[in-house]
Amino acid sequence: MANKITVRNLNLFYGDTQALREVDLDIEQQQISALIGPSGCGKSTFLRVLNRMNDLIEGVRVDGQVLLDDEDVHGPEVDVVHLRKRVGMVFQRPNPFPMSVYDNVAYGPRIHGLKNKRRLDEIVENSLRDAALWEEVHDRLFRSALGLSGGQQQRLCIARLLAVEPEVLLMDEPSSALDPISTLKIEELLQELKKNYTIVIVTHNMQQAARVSDVTAFFLNGEIVESGKTDTLFTRPKDKRTEDYITGRFG
Amino acid sequence: MSLPGRLSNKKEYALDRFFGYVFVVSAVLVSLVIFSIIVFVAKQGLQTFGDIGFLEFHLGTDWDPPYRFGALPFILGSLGVTFLAVVLGAPLGLAGAIFMAKIAPPRVRELMRPATDLFVGIPSVVYGWVGLTILVPFVAERTGGFGFGLLVAGVLLAVMILPTVISISEDALRAVPRRLEMASYALGATRWQTIFRVLIPAALPGLVTAVILGMARAIGETMAVAMLIGNVPQIAKSLLEPTSTLTAEIILNMGQTPFGSTWNNALFYMALTLLLVSMFLIILIRFVVQRRTYDG
Repeated sequence: MANKITVRNLNLFYGDTQALREVDLDIEQQQISALIGPSGCGKSTFLRVLNRMNDLIEGVRVDGQVLLDDEDVHGPEVDVVHLRKRVGMVFQRPNPFPMSVYDNVAYGPRIHGLKNKRRLDEIVENSLRDAALWEEVHDRLFRSALGLSGGQQQRLCIARLLAVEPEVLLMDEPSSALDPISTLKIEELLQELKKNYTIVIVTHNMQQAARVSDVTAFFLNGEIVESGKTDTLFTRPKDKRTEDYITGRFG
Repeated sequence: MSLPGRLSNKKEYALDRFFGYVFVVSAVLVSLVIFSIIVFVAKQGLQTFGDIGFLEFHLGTDWDPPYRFGALPFILGSLGVTFLAVVLGAPLGLAGAIFMAKIAPPRVRELMRPATDLFVGIPSVVYGWVGLTILVPFVAERTGGFGFGLLVAGVLLAVMILPTVISISEDALRAVPRRLEMASYALGATRWQTIFRVLIPAALPGLVTAVILGMARAIGETMAVAMLIGNVPQIAKSLLEPTSTLTAEIILNMGQTPFGSTWNNALFYMALTLLLVSMFLIILIRFVVQRRTYDG
C-alpha cells in the first residue's frame, strides 16, 4: 500500500535536549499505525511533528524529512494552516470548546469559510454520525458540549475533526482519560474510520495497540527501536528491548 | 511509639483557636464598618426628600442651592464620563490584554505586566494634574473653547481605567485552558480565528468583569474628574461644554454645607446613589462570573 507519510532522519530538539533521534517511519494509507513506548519516549512529540503542532512550543528545532504525499511538511512553501486541515489531531483529554455541540462541529467548516446553513447542517450531522455520536446528541445539538460525558466529548472532538475532512487523523492517547466502555467505543470507531482515513495513534495501552493497529512502532528514548506489522511485533519481536516492554518488564 | 508532639499539640490547638477568633472578629468588624457607612449615608441622604420632591431632584435641571436642587446635570455628567471612558478604554484595554496574553514575546510581557500594575497605583490627583496641564490646553487650542468638559474627563478616565481592564482581562485570557487553543489550531485555524472565535468567547465572563470593574472605577473617580470637568451645574450640550458629575459636586461642596442642611443631605443622597451603583456593579460581576465553566 502507498505511503501517506514518510519520515526520514528526523531529529528534534527542545532547546539543548534532543527528544527524537534519527527517526525513520513509513505510515501507510488507510491503516492504523500505533506508536507505543514508555512515558517521555518521544512518541507524542513525534505525533506533533506530523502536523507541526510543535511550532507552537517555544524552542523546538526540527531537522530531517517528513513527507506528506511526497511534500515536505517543513518546506518553505507549506502553509501550516492548510497542513493542519489535512492532518488533524485528537488530544489526550477531550477538549470541546465551551459552546454548543453544533457549534463545536461547525467550527472547522466555518473557519474555512463555509457559511451556507444547509451545508453546515449536513456536515454536522454526517460528522456526528461518522463519529458514532449522532444518536446520542441529535436532540441536544444546541446545548453546551460541556454537558456531555467524557467519552461523548472525545467522540465530539473526533466529529469536530472529521468535519474539516482531513486526510490523516493523529490521536494522542485518545482514550486514556476515558472509562473502558467509552474506550471500546472509540476503538470500534477507529476501525470504521480507517476505511477513509490514515490514522496514527499514540497509546500507553499495549492491548489497545495490539487490538486496533495494523502497524506498530516502539519508541524508546527518542528512537524507534522496532517497527513493523502489529501481529509480528507483538508475537515475535526482533529486539530484546521490545520484548521486555511488551511483556511488561519495564515502562 | 512515643508521641513527642503530643504535649505541644494542646498548645497549638489553643493557638489555632485564638487565631480563629482573631479572624472572625476582623471579619465581623469589617462588615460592621461597611454596614455602618451604608446606613449612615442612606439615613442622611434619604432625609433630602423631606424637603425636596424625589422627581424634582432626579429630573430637575436647575441646581441652585439652597433654593433649587435639580441634580439631573450631575447624574447625566457621571453617566456621560463613564460611558466615554468605557467606550474609549474598554476596546483599547481588551486589545492590550490580548496583545500581552497571546501575542507579545515573553520578555515584552515581563516588562508590561509590572508596568500596568504600576499604573493602577498612580494617585488620581496626579492623573488629574497631568490632564489639566496637557489635555485641557491641547483641546482648548484646537476647539477654541476652554477645554474643560466631558471629552477631556472621559479621555483621562479611559486612560485611568486601562490598567484595571488590561490586567483583569489578561488574567481571564490566560486562564483559558491551552488545550482549547490547541484544538483550534489543530483544525487549521489561524491565530486570529483562534483568538476571536475560541479565546474571547471562552474568556467572556472575565472580560465582562474587567469592563464592569473599569466602569465602577470610572463612575466613582472624583479628583481627576473634578479637575477636568469644568464643574458647572448644567447639562452639557456638547462634549466640549463644561458640566459636572456627582463625585465632583460632592467634593467641591461638602466643606461649605452645614451638616443636616438640605444641601448637605442632597450631597449625601448623591453619595448614596454612587454607592448603590457600585454595589449593583459588583453584584452584576458576581452574577457574570458564576457562569464561568470550562469543564462540564
